[in-house]
Amino acid sequence: MSDKGHASSRPFTSPIASVVVTVIAILWTVPTFGLVVTSFRKKEDILSTGWWTSFKNPGFTLENFRAILFESGGTVGEQGMIPFAINSLAITIPAVLLSVGLGLMAAYALAWIPFRFSDQVFYGLFALQGVPLQLSLLPLLTFFATGIQLFGHTIFPQLHIVGTLASVWLPHTMFGLPLVIYLLHNFVAALPREVMEAARVDGANHFETFRKIVLPLSVPAIASIAIFQFLWIWNDLLVALVFAGGTDDVAPLTLHLANLGGSLGSHWENVAPAALFSIIIPLIVFFSLQRYFVRGLLAGSVK
Amino acid sequence: MITFGSILSSSWPKIFQILSVIVIFFGFYGIAFAAGARIKGKKQNSLAIALFLVPALILVMTGLGIPAIQTFLESFKNADSSKWVGLANYSNAIKDPDIRLAFINTISWVVICPVIVTALGITLATMLNKMKREAFAKSLIFMPMAISFVGGSLIWNLMYAYQEPNHAQTGLVGQVMTWLHIDVKHLLLWSPWNNLFLMVVYIWGFTGFAMVILSAAIKGIPTEIEEAAQLDGATGIRLFRTITVPMVRTTIIVVLTTAMVGTLKLFDVIHTMTGGNFKTDVLSNRMFDENFVYLNYGRGSALAVLIFLGVIPITYYNIRSLRLERKH
Repeated sequence: MSDKGHASSRPFTSPIASVVVTVIAILWTVPTFGLVVTSFRKKEDILSTGWWTSFKNPGFTLENFRAILFESGGTVGEQGMIPFAINSLAITIPAVLLSVGLGLMAAYALAWIPFRFSDQVFYGLFALQGVPLQLSLLPLLTFFATGIQLFGHTIFPQLHIVGTLASVWLPHTMFGLPLVIYLLHNFVAALPREVMEAARVDGANHFETFRKIVLPLSVPAIASIAIFQFLWIWNDLLVALVFAGGTDDVAPLTLHLANLGGSLGSHWENVAPAALFSIIIPLIVFFSLQRYFVRGLLAGSVK
Repeated sequence: MITFGSILSSSWPKIFQILSVIVIFFGFYGIAFAAGARIKGKKQNSLAIALFLVPALILVMTGLGIPAIQTFLESFKNADSSKWVGLANYSNAIKDPDIRLAFINTISWVVICPVIVTALGITLATMLNKMKREAFAKSLIFMPMAISFVGGSLIWNLMYAYQEPNHAQTGLVGQVMTWLHIDVKHLLLWSPWNNLFLMVVYIWGFTGFAMVILSAAIKGIPTEIEEAAQLDGATGIRLFRTITVPMVRTTIIVVLTTAMVGTLKLFDVIHTMTGGNFKTDVLSNRMFDENFVYLNYGRGSALAVLIFLGVIPITYYNIRSLRLERKH
């Protein structure tokens, strides 16, 4: 950058700005920090004093974590918190794989295979991205139970997936696809035309072009959008409530946590470590892959 | 006492299911690609569309397209969708004081949160631009993006935790109020201000997004333009107002509209923190309750359609700008 020396003339770059930024950064971190500290405190301390006092009278313990992970029955669940984490993974991994995998192929088809309604399909998908998923929840749930009827005609038979993990990851795949296709389309359509044409001249058809050229070149975009999808699905509550609400057997962490928060109210010795446990995986994903994540966000927003 | 062994044996079917999805997906497309590579000529276009695009389109249509039409039709039927009732669900919804309140709350969410988030985001982005330790401060403010709104709600429940005024406070906000000699209140029960305290959770969660996006846009402003403005004597707030804000106008609109759609659909925070009680209900939570608690499908669908109507202008605007952009 040529203008490093002019830092003081930049808008807001002053001691005041440093103070403001520092204060906001602290304000934004303190609530999470409070949860972390609380989850290591003893039950009687949590009930009687605030977490900030524990630095004066330290007395930390791992007991809360042992209780939520390895104690059966009681408030946390028959099997502790780990099975819910496995449910979260078993919902998130298939949904991310399918939405990103099918999304990339669809993006390629819309960008590089000429066909008659290509533009209409693209705009249609873009419009569907704006449809609130609230509009789809109930009919989709009914469809899983009884098939699709429109104006009295069965146009899709029932799927026997109610109460299974598939009934949660399938909606996530469906709801995620329009945005994934749009973001990947931005990327795939921007690949150099010469490269694609060179491949065609060499005799590659769409299948070969996709596998040998588009797929390897798209790895950064795939990574960032996959992370984005991962966080979005892992952190979802609404879809989980509707499609996995009936049974603990397929409930993800967020759903279980929302129930805990509601039913236990002030049992912070359970709620705090459970909440920390549920955010630890997204935080690891976030901090280790932050750069890709930001790139994924930018792909769709900055023009 | 639970052991890893017992957890593993009960989760094995789920792990097996994850693996089968992976194997089936790659297996199917592996074979399809191997076979597709041999096909030349015109046939390959239709085959590629059938394998690349059609599965995604079927999923989107069954998941979003057709259900949206059904919900629209449902909204003109009675509670158990057994007969048509015209616009009754809509007119009853407007007459119902609870739903009217949810309406007003939703509007205040959609107006207040996006403005605060965007204003904070652009201020932070401008201040952080080329500041030392920029990345560290950014990570901290951005971090709540990775935390679910359920987790965020619980984090803020702990911040708002309330004890009687003569007891030691266990929530930091109550403690700070005590230090400042303000009467401690149960903030989540204190209507109508409790709505603002719920909005704090969203603002806390979403400001990082606004900051990161706007920050990238600000870095994209050509240095010459800023330097020219500085030669003309523009500094500080004037530079911010006359150069920074106009130059990133489109990005500001993207952030504002994303936040508007986000708050219009927002559900997790209300559901986790108050369940819509204490006069904090919003349309999206009410719609969930109508459909899945009161089992009034007609009215729930009508509320979903109302949420959709709120999104339409934004979608329309986005499609228009996308069209303009694609023409260039």
